[in-house]
This record gives sequence, C-alpha cells and structure tokens, in this order.
Amino acid sequence: MPELASANPLSALATRSRDVAAARLVALGPAARFVFRGREAAIGAAGGAFGVPLPREACRRAEANGRFALWLGPDEWLLIAPGADPAPIFVAIEAATAGLPHSLVDVSARSVGIELAGAQAAFVLNQGNALDLSPEAFPVGACTRTLFHKAEIVLVRHAPDVFHIDVWRSFAPYVWELLEEGRRELA
Amino acid sequence: MTNRFRTPSGGRIDRAAPVSFRFDGQTFSGFKGDTLASALIANGVHLVGRSFKYHRPRGFLSAGSDEPNALVNVARDAARSAPNLRATQVEIYQGLKASSQNRWPSLAFDAGAVNDLASPFLPSGFYYKTFMWPAGAWKRFYEPKIRAMAGLGVAPTVPDPDRYTQNYAYCDVLVVGAGPAGLAAALAASENGAKVWLADEQAELGGSLLSETSATIEGMPAAEWLKATLATLAARDNVTLLPRTTAFGYFPHNLIALAERVTEHLAAPGADLPRERLWKLRAKEVVIAAGALERPLVFPDNDRPGVLLADSGRTYLNRYGAKPGERAVVFTACDAGYRAALDLKAGGVTIAAIADLRAEVSGELPARALAAGIDVRPSTVVVGTKGRLRVASAQLAKVKNGQVGPAETIACDVVLMSGGFTPSVHLFSQSRGKLTWDVASGAYLPGTSVERERSAGAARGVYGLQRVLEDGYAQGEAAALASRDFASPARGTTPAPAASSRAFPAVADDLGADGFIGATPHGRNPALAKAFVDWQNDVTSKDIQLATREGMRSIEHVKRYTTTGMATDQGKTSNMNALGIVSEALGESVPKIGLTTFRPPFTPTTFGIFAGEARGDLFDPVRKTAIHDWAAEHGAAFEDVSLWKRAHYFPRAGEGGRMEDMHAAVARECRAVRASVGIFDASTLGKIEVVGPDAAEFMNRIYTNAWAKLEPGRLRYGVMLREDGFVMDDGVVGRLSHDRFHVTTTTGGAPRVLAHMEDYLQTEWPDLDVWLTSTTEQWSVIAVQGPKAREVLRPLLPDIDLSKDAFPHMSVREGSILGVPTRLFSVSFTGELGFEVNVPAEYGRAVWEAIYASGERFGITPYGTETMHVLRAEKGYIIVGQETDGTATPDDVNLGWAVGKAKKDFVGKRSLARAAMSAPDRKQLVGLRTADPKLVLEEGAQIVADPKAPVPVPMLGFVTSSYASAVLGHSIALAVIKGGRARIGQKLSVPMADRVIEVEVVEPVFYDPKGERLNA
Repeated sequence: MPELASANPLSALATRSRDVAAARLVALGPAARFVFRGREAAIGAAGGAFGVPLPREACRRAEANGRFALWLGPDEWLLIAPGADPAPIFVAIEAATAGLPHSLVDVSARSVGIELAGAQAAFVLNQGNALDLSPEAFPVGACTRTLFHKAEIVLVRHAPDVFHIDVWRSFAPYVWELLEEGRRELA
Repeated sequence: MTNRFRTPSGGRIDRAAPVSFRFDGQTFSGFKGDTLASALIANGVHLVGRSFKYHRPRGFLSAGSDEPNALVNVARDAARSAPNLRATQVEIYQGLKASSQNRWPSLAFDAGAVNDLASPFLPSGFYYKTFMWPAGAWKRFYEPKIRAMAGLGVAPTVPDPDRYTQNYAYCDVLVVGAGPAGLAAALAASENGAKVWLADEQAELGGSLLSETSATIEGMPAAEWLKATLATLAARDNVTLLPRTTAFGYFPHNLIALAERVTEHLAAPGADLPRERLWKLRAKEVVIAAGALERPLVFPDNDRPGVLLADSGRTYLNRYGAKPGERAVVFTACDAGYRAALDLKAGGVTIAAIADLRAEVSGELPARALAAGIDVRPSTVVVGTKGRLRVASAQLAKVKNGQVGPAETIACDVVLMSGGFTPSVHLFSQSRGKLTWDVASGAYLPGTSVERERSAGAARGVYGLQRVLEDGYAQGEAAALASRDFASPARGTTPAPAASSRAFPAVADDLGADGFIGATPHGRNPALAKAFVDWQNDVTSKDIQLATREGMRSIEHVKRYTTTGMATDQGKTSNMNALGIVSEALGESVPKIGLTTFRPPFTPTTFGIFAGEARGDLFDPVRKTAIHDWAAEHGAAFEDVSLWKRAHYFPRAGEGGRMEDMHAAVARECRAVRASVGIFDASTLGKIEVVGPDAAEFMNRIYTNAWAKLEPGRLRYGVMLREDGFVMDDGVVGRLSHDRFHVTTTTGGAPRVLAHMEDYLQTEWPDLDVWLTSTTEQWSVIAVQGPKAREVLRPLLPDIDLSKDAFPHMSVREGSILGVPTRLFSVSFTGELGFEVNVPAEYGRAVWEAIYASGERFGITPYGTETMHVLRAEKGYIIVGQETDGTATPDDVNLGWAVGKAKKDFVGKRSLARAAMSAPDRKQLVGLRTADPKLVLEEGAQIVADPKAPVPVPMLGFVTSSYASAVLGHSIALAVIKGGRARIGQKLSVPMADRVIEVEVVEPVFYDPKGERLNA
C-alpha cells in the first residue's frame, strides 16, 4: 500500500455536514474498484476470483464478505471491495481469466462512495433522480447507472433505507451539495 | 378598519385567530383562513386593481384561480416580491404586505385611465395598424412605450433568496381536484389498493363543499362529511393529500407537473423549507376532477368593482363569512343566480332584484326565491351599471321579441351574475385529448383520450351533488383497476361511464343545465358600451365583433387579433362567451368555429420552481482536479474548459508587490520551462482504457495510424477522423501490453470520443473482443517539462531507469512513485524533454507536492493552460478545435504522416480518397510572422493577398492561434491559408478595422525545428 495518504474530494464537505437523522450522509472511505467486461466464458472465473459471483439478473448486485458485484450491463460489472488494496485483486482476477476474452480495468480512484441512509433517503434522491425508488420498483439489492441532477451516478439499494452512491471523483462535490440541499428541509 | 361586511358567525375562518395585514399601505384585519380577497371584501374593499389596457377600476370577479382582475403584488422584502398574484388565492398571514398594480399615482386616481376616454381610438388590432411607420420605430419607440403603459406588475430586481426544490414521484392514480368528485375518486381508488395522490390548488381540500351550508351527504351536513372523508383519506397509508398544489401541466406519458406552495402562506417560513416544490409526477392513471368554472355574463359595464360571479359571491359569504355588499342585483341565465340570491338573503344581504335572461322561470330555486319575496324579473337584462370606483346602481330592461325596452335604474352595491358553468377541460386538452361539443349542455366535454386519464364530475359535464359523487367514485374505481394493468395500450376511445359501486345519497340544490354564451342584448349605442369578454386583456364584445368584420373566421385568428383568452386567463372566463359572440356574428354553430388550445401552465407558475436547485454554483457540475486546491492556494487564475476548472496561469507578485498580469506571468512561465523545468496539471485529459484480445485491431480501425507494430512500452501520437474524413480528435496512446492500450483524448473531447468508439464497437464490430473503460478520473496527470525534468523525477522513481537509452522519448513504463502505482510517459507537448506522471487521482496532490519539492532546487515553475498553449504553438503542435474546425483533413494540418497509407481501412479512409480532400488550394496550416515583432495578431482575423482588391476581397484563410513568444522575442501565429504550404515566404495582409497588417508566411514550427531538445 502507498505511504501517501489517500485524499477524498468530499472530506472538507463531510466535516461541515449536519447530522440529519431522516437522511444521514456519509462520505465512504477508499475502496478497490474494477470494471469487468467480457464474454460468457470469463464471467464465472472473474466472479470466483473476486469472491462474489457476478449477478446475471439485470440491475442487481451480489454481495459476499463485504464485497459487491454490480450488474451494469449484459457484459459489464462494477466490482467494489471497500478498504481493499486493488493490486492483489487485479492479479488474482487476471490470473483466473487468463486466455479468456475479457477486460479488467482498475478504477479504484475514479469514483468515491457516498452512503445516504434514513427514512427520507429516497425522497432526497428523488429530488435529482427520476427513477421510481419505491421498494416494489427498486428493491433491496437493486443497482443501476443513472443520473442525479446533471451528474452520472451508480445507485445501489443495500437496505430498505440505505442507498449507496458511486460517483466520479470530480462530480462528487456537486452530488454531495445537492444531497445536502435535498435534506435541508428534513433537519 | 373594522370587518363591517363580516357576518356575525359562520364560515370556515378561524374567528379566534385575527390577522392584520396591509394593502396599499393601509392596515386591515381578517382571520386565519381568509384569502386576501375575502378579507378585503369583509372590510368593504372592492377596488383592487386597474385594467391592462384602459386602466379601468377593477374589483373581484371570482373567488378562485380564475380571477382575472385582482392581481396584486405581495412582498415580504425587496427580494421576496411577487407580482401578479391572485388576491383570491393569497392566504393572509400576520404582517402580509400587498399592493395593487398598474396604477399611477394611486389606485383611486390613475393617470392611465385617460386610455379609457381615448378607447374609441384604441380598438383591437390598433397596435398592428398604427405603429407600423416609420420603419424601426416599433423597436425604439412604440414597443417600450406601450410596454411601460400596459405592463402588469413589476419583477423584483434583486436575486430571489428563497429555495425551490423539485421531486420526481410515482403513483398509481393521481386525482386532480379535491371537490366532491375528486374526494369520491380518491376514496374509490384507495379502497382498490392503488397508491393515490390527491392534489388541489386551494389551501383547503373540499372544492365546492367548502361553500356548502345546506347540502347533506350520507345524512351528514356537507362540511361534516368532508371532515370525515378527509380524515379517512389521511389515515390511509396509500393516500397522499396535497393542498396548495396546482396540477399545471399535463405532459406525455402521464407526466404531470404539480406546483406545491410550501411556505407562501406562512408568516415566518423556516429558512430550510423550500418556498415551492415542483412535483414531476408519473401517474399510471389520472382522474381529472377539476370541476367547472362559472361563466360571467357579457353586458355593458360588467367590469365595475362590485360586479362578480354569483357563485363566487356565495362562496365569500358561506366560506369566509364576508358579505360582498349590502344590496345586490342578480343577473342570471340559470338557477345558480337564485341559489346565490337565497344564500345571500339568508346571510343578511338585500336582494333588490333578480334579472333572469330566460323568459320562463320555473323550478324549485326560482319558486323559493319568489316565496322569499324576491323581485324576480324574467326576460330581463342588465344594460349597464353606474358608480365611480364601485357599482352604485344597475340598469335593468325587459327584452321583448329581441327588442330591449327602457331601462330602470336600481340602486345596489353589488351585482351578481351567472351565465352557467363551463367544465374545466384545461388539463384534458393539455393531454391532447379531443373535445366534443355537447349540444344538450352547450359545452365542450372531454371526448377521445390520448393519455391514460379520465374526467369525473363537473369537469365532464356531470352536475348535481349525488351524481357528481357517484361519478367520481366510479371513475376512481375504474382508474385503480386500470392502473393494475399498466401493460395495456394507451386508450384511444372515451371510456364508457362506469356505474358507481357505491351510492352517495345526497340532498342539494339542483341547478339544472341552463346557461348562456355570448353577449346579452343591451340596445345601447355600441360605440359607447363596453361589455367585457376578457377582463384581463381588456377585450370587449365589440372587439370580437370587429375581428369578425375584419375577416377573422377561426377562433384561433380572433384570439390572436383581440388577445382574448390569452395570457394567464387561458380561456377560463372568456373562451365560451367569445365563441358565442363569434357564432352569432357569423351565423355559424359553435363547433364550426372551433376552440383554442389550452396551454400549460393552468395558472401562472414561478420561474423559481422551474429553476429548482440548478442555480449559482449548482447550475452545472463544476469539475475540479485533485490538484485544483494546490493551484488555488498558489494563486492560480482559472479558466473554464468544458465543465472543468483549469489553472490558466499562476501570477506572482512582481516589482513593488504588484501582481503580474497574464502576459507577464505567461512570459515568465514559458521561459522557465524552456530554461529549466515547469510542472503542469494535465489531469483533465480524457483517458480511455482499450482492453481485450482484439484491442490492436480496434485501434487500427478507429485511428488513422498503424498500431499493430507498436511495441508494448511505447507511445504513439494518434489521429482520429470522423466518417467524413475530417479530424475529430487526437491524443497520445500508450501500449501497455499486447491487449491493453492507454488512450488519451482532448479534455473537451473525452465523452464524444468514448461515444464514437462505443458506437462503432456496438453497431459495426460487435464481433471484436475488446472493451472500453473511461479512466479520465482514475488518473491524475502531472506533466514535468523542461531540460531539468529528468533530474527532478529521478530521486522519486528509483525503480524506473529514466536514462535516455532505457526510456527514450515516447515510451511508457509502469512502476511506482513514493509507493503509488504510476504509469510514466516520456512525452512532450512543449518541445522540451518531458514526462507525464499518471497516478491514481486519490494520490494526485500528494505526488504533485513531492515532485514540486524535488524540483525546487531547479526553480520548478507551475504553469497553466495559457503557457501550455504558447509552448505548443512555438512548436507548431495543433490543438483540435483551434487549428481544426471540423473541415480539416490530417494533411491540412500537417498530420499526413500519421495516416497509415498501407492500412486496409480505418474510419474516414474512404472519404479521404475523394479528389476534393487533396485539392491543392485546400486551407493548410502555416506559420505567420508580423513585420512588427511586438504586434500580436487577432485570432480569427482574415488573411488576404491584396487588401485593396475590389470588394468582396477574396479571403485566403484566417489566423487560428496567436501569441507573444517571450522565448523567441517576437509574436508568432498559426493560420490556415489556401494552398498555404506553397505560399511559404510570401507576404500577405491581415486587414483590420483601423489598419492593414503585413505578415510573412513561414513554416509553422518556430522553435527547435529539428526537435533536438525532445531527445535531450
């Protein structure tokens, strides 16, 4: 692991943030992230090496041992391992998929994670997201690449009132500040 | 002032909660639950505005959102000042400050009223005919003057400090309107398991039931039934009740825009609450229970303050305990006038007479009026009213065989009128549903649907309390059932009226179906009688008759010529009467004349609600690199490059502590890079990782260059064309392994290039085993450029051999810097020895700081995009989008060498083969030198051979880049010139507004033309 400290573009904003029980906002720490894409033959091997079978149902995430595999397309997954060093995971998956048609790209630093949790979390998200976030339409375990206001995000529902937002680094403050705006009236 | 016109008891106001407010500087008192209109009426105030064109004194016409006259300004402070609010919708709160509009110097004495006297000279179409000459005067003179005279309301000049939010939402059944039909529909839909939203524009839900004092429903007084029903609905988890919420727009696929006024009614709204909220609601099914609007009668002087709609007069009394006057004349074409008269009489108002347009007066309500001793006059019209600033009398006359008899003056302080009811088909019409003319009720009713909606109750011409409740219930039930089968196609036919599965026994006055449209006869000199059709736009019956005389036949033309039904009215009060007048004038039936389109919004909607959160710094994402804060701390000036903020230059304090200007800073930064070393944040460069067994084949097809033979560990400058053969983007590409390329793009081109690549991959070459991943934000890119660059980096990269032989120009190595994984490029966009250090963005700033510290012994100089531009221009390196404009081939910009001649194919290859693409007179990239070395040409300036040639002077090309070069000691410019390469050495001219500048065409590489410094 590097001797330098990992910087999060949300750290200053998170320090200033108010606690709002109905929609708690947390800037998540570093994570190993990969985009895995490939043909059928490589999918099983990649999931095996990552430790999470890659979900085959559209817009669903799988979880095992604190790691997540998010279905983003028929041949595309976002793999997230919170707190992990990306290098050994990369090596392991590459070893397991050697010779099988695929692409594995380390995007650990490309995005940052935000957790939004609380009874009004969906209400806050719906201020900038057009999806139906009712439990029937977007149940626990659902994930999708979507928009929050004008920024692209990956949205995951981990629990009835717990959402995970993965957003590209330079868009993160914009998303964070609009989430703050959205929950202001709930304070 | 006292509430002289307030009833001693009754109404829905909270008499225990008095509220004081100001109107035009005068303090009044009302009660919680009052609107500004009801509170003013209770205080005897009817004069509240001046009309748009004639500045005639105006009072309240209605008690709801259809009010065309009583537009007021409500201001909490200078910034929170809202013009054109309807006093009938403004809820009063302690300290509310309202003022009238469109008057000067005062409401009672308005100078603009001279327009009323001049009105014979201001007919419809006056603007079109009069203000045409002299040409140009319209814009300079007429329009500003007319706008100043006619304007309604004044917009605040300071920014709005309030918050407005927007929410997307979904439901099974949206019910618009919480009157009896809407309440019953919400009951039925929610009982059938649907997720129901019930929205109503008023502060209280209940619609017409709020004005009921005698009706009963299911054995209960209407008010009690309402209370119980609202409690039932509120207790249901699947019901959302939204008062103060206007469904103002019906958009495709059942997207309904709802404007919720969250804090408008509060005396001290919390700073964290949004003032308004826009609900962007997607409903599976919509029930439109918008009710019906009472029609005014069109008779002379029907706009005098004190003349109002009969049912509105009844609402002021029954709902607000505010008597509209002491002595009323009622003019009616239906039984609604009788119901109002009877209620007002019971409330203590003297009914001087009821003038009934109808010859035969029969039925229960007229009988009750006669029994109550009211002077009922059949076949009678009001032919005028008198009174300054308030009605003081009405002139009544008998109509016999179409002839109007002599008028009798009857003293009164209020005239109540009713022409019947018009179903509110606004939302249905907005949904693109087709209206049908119903002969029996003389009204347009919802016909063929386009969207998944249905109307209920009075909105579709169903009247009578019990019938309305049962229709609402049936429609709500049908909507709930339909919402379960969302896969069924959108309906194209009118749904059969369903029978209600629940009975709502109700006892209420039956108003029948009578009514009148058009202008009532008056027998007066038409030139002097103003009978208003559209109060808001000051359109009279004779304006509409004039339009027909001038040849207008379609109601759409009449509308545009007279402006009737335009603006905020959207035909609420005026539409049907205008149609009736046109119908009579042309002798054609109403449906033959047509109907104008109802447009959103249903009522005026604030700009704030549309802007929502997208304002100021949150209007668009502001993208910053990981190194941004360091640059800011070191005084950088920034420039916007697409959504990114990029350091433009780094001014320093110069002699005497004065900050350098851009020119001085850039000159210093350029010299530092050429003489020693500079550091530059190139993180915004687009990056795409191209990975897979077919990666090299894919690169071959997308770029003009050949890639198959590029060895892992090497870089190549790549050029990408569009299908038409013109340069689309460029960038340096590194091959990391046989199946992995690290592609860079221009900053602004990143999303476009990725989309272009994905497009080809998905549509043309799905067989290729290769995938694309955007890594723009994964990597911070730190460019270290200058003769000392290697020495700066060497101590930080012990595991990479940076020597010239081991790591030549245009190579890439993977390793680590301070323990951080890095992709190190030996690449230069400056012409100097250079490296680009790619590190994961989370470590970008830390690595930047380490490199900066390592370079301090060489005076390492941070530089910005301006210096980068100058340095690359000195080397003749192009910038896509600056030297290219979408019509440049690679050869035009001296990149012919980058086109793989032996390649079988690549995107754009066929287009390059066209003869025109290699014509000798194409514009080609060259350099320019000015005779005066200090003179910097203007970018975009045209270049000609002979400035004295006759106009039009043939233009040879234009300047694309131009800078002062501190290193060279003279200005430099790049240009594209027809046949430019053959002109090198020629003298040409750049004509400017004040002089002609002589230039010499030169090679475009000004600095180190042999490129020796790159490989130092």
